[in-house]
Amino acid sequence: MNNGLLLFFGIFLSLGGSFWALLLAPQVQIGRAQPVVLEATGETYPAPRSGMAQQGADIYRAQGCVECHSQQVRQSGVNFEVWLADSGNAWPQLAAAMNQLKIADADKLITQVPVKLVGGLSMLEATGIASQLTNGEAKAQVVLATLGSDIRRGWGKRATVSQDYLYDYPVQLGSLRVGPDLANYGTRAVPVALALQHLYSPQSTMPKSMMPPYRYLFNKRPVVDGEKRAANALPATVEPGYEITPKPEAEALVAYLMSLNASAPLVEAPVPMPPVKSATAVLAAPVP
Amino acid sequence: MSATSSTSLQETEASGSASIADDRANAAEIDASCRWPLLLLFTSGVLWLVLGSVLALIAAIKLHKGDFLADLSWMTLGRIRPASMNSFLYGFASQVGIGVMLWLMCRLGRVKLGFQWPVIVAWKLWNIAVTVGVIAILAGATTGFEWLEMPQGVAGMLFIAYAIFGIALVATFAMRRDSEVFPSQWYVLAAAFWFPWIYSAANYLLVIDPVRGTMQATINGWFTGNLVSLWLTPIGLAGIFYFLPRLSGQPLFSRELASFGFWVLLFFGNFGGLTGLIGGPVPNWMPAVSTAANVCLLVAVISNLWNWHLTCSAACGTSNRDAWKKDSVLRFILFGALAYIVHGVVAAIMSVPTVASVTNFTYAVVARNNLVLHGFVGMVLFGCLYYIIPRLAQVNWPSESSIRVHFGCSVAGVALLFLGLGAGGVLQGIKLAKSELPFMDVVRGTVPFVGLSTLGVLLLLIGQLAFLTNYFKLLRAFAEPMVRAACSVCCGCGSTAKSGVRS
Repeated sequence: MNNGLLLFFGIFLSLGGSFWALLLAPQVQIGRAQPVVLEATGETYPAPRSGMAQQGADIYRAQGCVECHSQQVRQSGVNFEVWLADSGNAWPQLAAAMNQLKIADADKLITQVPVKLVGGLSMLEATGIASQLTNGEAKAQVVLATLGSDIRRGWGKRATVSQDYLYDYPVQLGSLRVGPDLANYGTRAVPVALALQHLYSPQSTMPKSMMPPYRYLFNKRPVVDGEKRAANALPATVEPGYEITPKPEAEALVAYLMSLNASAPLVEAPVPMPPVKSATAVLAAPVP
Repeated sequence: MSATSSTSLQETEASGSASIADDRANAAEIDASCRWPLLLLFTSGVLWLVLGSVLALIAAIKLHKGDFLADLSWMTLGRIRPASMNSFLYGFASQVGIGVMLWLMCRLGRVKLGFQWPVIVAWKLWNIAVTVGVIAILAGATTGFEWLEMPQGVAGMLFIAYAIFGIALVATFAMRRDSEVFPSQWYVLAAAFWFPWIYSAANYLLVIDPVRGTMQATINGWFTGNLVSLWLTPIGLAGIFYFLPRLSGQPLFSRELASFGFWVLLFFGNFGGLTGLIGGPVPNWMPAVSTAANVCLLVAVISNLWNWHLTCSAACGTSNRDAWKKDSVLRFILFGALAYIVHGVVAAIMSVPTVASVTNFTYAVVARNNLVLHGFVGMVLFGCLYYIIPRLAQVNWPSESSIRVHFGCSVAGVALLFLGLGAGGVLQGIKLAKSELPFMDVVRGTVPFVGLSTLGVLLLLIGQLAFLTNYFKLLRAFAEPMVRAACSVCCGCGSTAKSGVRS
């Protein structure tokens, strides 16, 4: 290989190869995605963030939260469950059918609808069992279950997919989990005041937390006992003798965290939807 | 083969024949032409390295004690870590790498460096850019993209500075006087073209005219993977392919094998960056391509290993058998080669989806990066510096023992970082998969391993400080005659000038 020109062309061929394979091809597949209309609610997904949450995204980026927090839920697969949605009125026949399928405690389960009967099935097995139990008024249905430790930890109901990140800039998937995944922080019903307190003093809300405090996102003012505190001040127990109020940055950051929600049911990422107590339970999860 | 170490000025290959004496005269002229630009690049590179390590140490302490420096926004963990990484990648590894590549191109092509002033201008630009970039990250102006955190304007400046370096590299190659092109030159040339391509493409698609959604994560992974495999790895391999035969006193076992390894790296190396997205929110074929590429890259690793092994074992048959014991440069290069091989194997294993589902999102990924950056690239670059700097300055290293301290600390530091974080990361991954274990326990379980890595960073820093003091002593000896001459011109008193330098 003493020919400089040959070397040069070889190098350029490899540059070109990398362009086609990992830049252009993904761009064609996922780079042109558009918001979709959700079948269940008719809403457009994803919706753009509110102004405050959008500012919070900048605060999240500037503090480098991504160094310790991921924003992606992994899923190792799906399987299927059979749920009894409605036990109808022919209980003895239903119990007999359930006993035949080796479902324990049939008599008790019938009284607890909606209830999960069996899990860990393939699609074929589940539909088979469901059709054997559906007789007359009794209704059994197949429910999709998403698998994986991320989902069992409660970090999300389904895997996150490209569609979830359509309006994010920068997309902060993260590569290290020193802290928990935040892709669905908004669904966890954490009160805003508690989230703010966690930012100011993580160990006061979660004793063994390794998160560093973000005290510089707050204003601190000494107060005398009995003096009225601002409405948005943190509880007096956080730091007695001081009034701690969040700066706009902290409030924006929390607004952003509350906006993190990747739980909409999508065609490529169905969400498990077990039957609810209402009478008109339907097979909600689209089956792949 | 003389017993003198290659860190001293005596050319190890000296044998007295007329042609070699002639070559040596050429080599001295070439070194003299490289002197100022390269010494500037090396000096600022080493300072960035030490700064990066100090920042890494602060970050490691903060992982134990969250309260440490917590009231300063620019010292928050999420800013220190990328600042430390950028200091290392752009301040040290790229900058010193460029210097080493320029020197290799000159020596192997038997030409003097013809672009001294442009290179010095580019050095200035590069360092201003990295300084502003690191300050911007600490101030919160990060772009949020891994290893591309420096803001847009800084990236542009870095690119312009690189363009000058790159033109100097390619032009030096084009002006070569030796018709034979050595493997090191292939790697340097490839790196010279790959860096501007990945850096400009990634910055354009992520920062200037951003693509949407997870396409950003894809490009970010593509960039970080390529920065390692087609910029830093070729720099390191160029160093190994030059110094291993040279210092062991044996010609390279096979050029064909080296060429094979080169093309395998070039055509598979660029697909390997998306292993962090295994199971992530992108179509599955993308990380699958990376898995396949990382396994294919093992072919390059094995062919290089075989080539080096046969070169070294040929040397073992000669009187040069114990060269590595005496020669500190060779020790650094050999350790770098070992780290390269281990990293190749580890990267392939960690890109298998079943393994990646455990190791992704854990410290194991950090361990792998530390191995390739500090173990392979860092060690090879230090080997190169120990060889090149005395030849540029025409001054021997003042202290042989501090070289040994540097080597020992670096080896121990890299081992602690890789093994400590690797073991901690695997354990963390296994525990993460057990959803019945509370997340807090999973994270708390990594603390002892993070402790080991903190010790590792500390050891690396001690080694680097040993290098730095040795280097400054060398520079003082290098500058002393010049200062004395300058002083004797203006005030005619050499002796006071001498004491002035000392104080």
